[in-house]
Amino acid sequence: MDFWNIISTSLTTAIGPIAAIYVLAAIGLNMHFGYTGLLNFGQVGFMLVGAYGVGVGVGTFGLSLWAALLLSVACATVLALLLGIPTLRLRADYLAISTIAVAEALRLLYRAEFARPLTGGVYGRQSLAAGFIAANPIPSGRYGVAGVEFSANQLWTMLVAWALVAVALLLTWALMHSPWGRVIKGIREDEDAVRSLGKDVFVYKMQSLVLGGVLGGVAGALLAIHQQNITPDQFMPQVTFYLWAMLLLGGAARTFGAVLGPMVLWFLLTAFDETLRSLLTIGALPFLDGGDIGALRHAFVGLALVLLIVYRPQGLIGNRKEMLVNVK
Amino acid sequence: MSSEASAARAADRMAGVEPVPGVPKPDPILKASGVRRSFGGLTAVDVEHLEVQRGTITALIGPNGAGKSTLFNLLTGFDRVDAGEWSFEGRRLNGLGGHRVARQGMVRTFQLTKALTRLTVLDNMLLAAPGQVGERFFGALYPPAWRRQEAVQRERAMDLLRRFKLDAKKDDLAGSLSGGQRKLLEMARSLMVDPSMVMLDEPMAGVNPALVQSLLGHITALRDEGMTVLFVEHDMDVIMGISDWIVVLAQGRVIAEGRPEDIRSDERVIDAYLGTRHDEPGGDGEAARGAEEEA
Repeated sequence: MDFWNIISTSLTTAIGPIAAIYVLAAIGLNMHFGYTGLLNFGQVGFMLVGAYGVGVGVGTFGLSLWAALLLSVACATVLALLLGIPTLRLRADYLAISTIAVAEALRLLYRAEFARPLTGGVYGRQSLAAGFIAANPIPSGRYGVAGVEFSANQLWTMLVAWALVAVALLLTWALMHSPWGRVIKGIREDEDAVRSLGKDVFVYKMQSLVLGGVLGGVAGALLAIHQQNITPDQFMPQVTFYLWAMLLLGGAARTFGAVLGPMVLWFLLTAFDETLRSLLTIGALPFLDGGDIGALRHAFVGLALVLLIVYRPQGLIGNRKEMLVNVK
Repeated sequence: MSSEASAARAADRMAGVEPVPGVPKPDPILKASGVRRSFGGLTAVDVEHLEVQRGTITALIGPNGAGKSTLFNLLTGFDRVDAGEWSFEGRRLNGLGGHRVARQGMVRTFQLTKALTRLTVLDNMLLAAPGQVGERFFGALYPPAWRRQEAVQRERAMDLLRRFKLDAKKDDLAGSLSGGQRKLLEMARSLMVDPSMVMLDEPMAGVNPALVQSLLGHITALRDEGMTVLFVEHDMDVIMGISDWIVVLAQGRVIAEGRPEDIRSDERVIDAYLGTRHDEPGGDGEAARGAEEEA
């Protein structure tokens, strides 16, 4: 078994484009849940409309990538408004129910036969990143050290994705260290109290929902660019649950919790897969075959979440004092 | 102004006001007419007319389930009326949401204290300051626009915290405070809004007796500063001790109002609190006893 290979492959995933995309979506979820206390169980829905902003914009209408990105942001904003307007005046559970249902309904809608002229139906859209690749300033070749290597195109996507992560972090950090962030955190604690002090709670919750949703939408758009093609069935509900696992692992309501969580979880997931795979190759696990790895991976995430909640409910870098405070 | 002087002035203002339900006051800050709210078949609040005199401490009392908290919620925009209208400082408040009512200068507290537990004590205070530029989404992103305002509000908050003896706790999470300290924080926080009237829903509930005195002092101090106080309370000693005027609610209706000495001797109030007396022929007591004998 090649330990170094397992570790370098896992490291590659942990800093790669997919990890960066999940970080961006998790920052959005952190805005919703970590700071505002909004239960969004449909972050994948925002990623879907964001990805199809590029998919439909470039693939169907032949727009430039910039215009398509604007379309992604607009779609995510509209989705946030549609979700928020009817539910944000009600109890928190209504948003939770709506988001999980709407995200799944959107997937079915985008893959439906009648939507095929627009979205490509179950086949999705292909060749979406020609403009992006053409703009790549990095000379082709492979870059990296000691097995952690990326192609020029991967590196270009990573550069853009992590730069966007940096912008998103800076934005949320600045907001959460302002009076606006104070109101947002107050709403998480008790929205009636905040209302009694003269703040329009609905507007703040709406702003938070739009901001976090747009970050999810941009993450989806990056996914479309990175893969160069998209299909609706990659936006299954488990993407949302992975994001939740990542956010809770890193530590909700912490600026870097949403960065650390996805990186660590991607590292662990890849290490888990690779270890099983190399054990299979040397015949150490005769009762398993390659198809079982995916199922075991789900079990592994579940176990990790249970252990996390029992032993470290605040996450890796969460504030234990804040977590244990007498909330009533 | 000293406490005695302001109490005397409040009594002065109420001089000559008849102790009858719905009586008009010389200078009412809050006026409500025909306010009704029912839950299913139960009429929780049905107030024909009620006025609250400016610059006084008015107590709202009544047995459990009399509709005191519901009336509070209706007047402050935290619940919707079925009918009726009310105005504050001459402005109609019908249909305004809770935050709009607060911005008009009528700020409430809650029966179950709502300290924002995972915020620091100081942040609880600063949150309440009105008209902050940094509370707007885009304003927040440009700190030079709100730094100075923030510093001013911090001064105000610290002054209030010192007054309520919470200044040493300013960096603690509000969730680490005791029940009584949370009540103090909630009262101090409501003052950050700069209200002309504060509505306190059971400010003494769950507070240890040592703190009750200090809370009472703070409430009278509010009147001394010219604020109007309307509060719900159960403890009769507290009510008789500090109120200038008392409104008694039973089954959603105002059954009596008057000065503490009027209320103390009012038969309807005694009935409402203790139930109809047993020696009264045909009273509830008689019927109940009859039912018992049959059983």
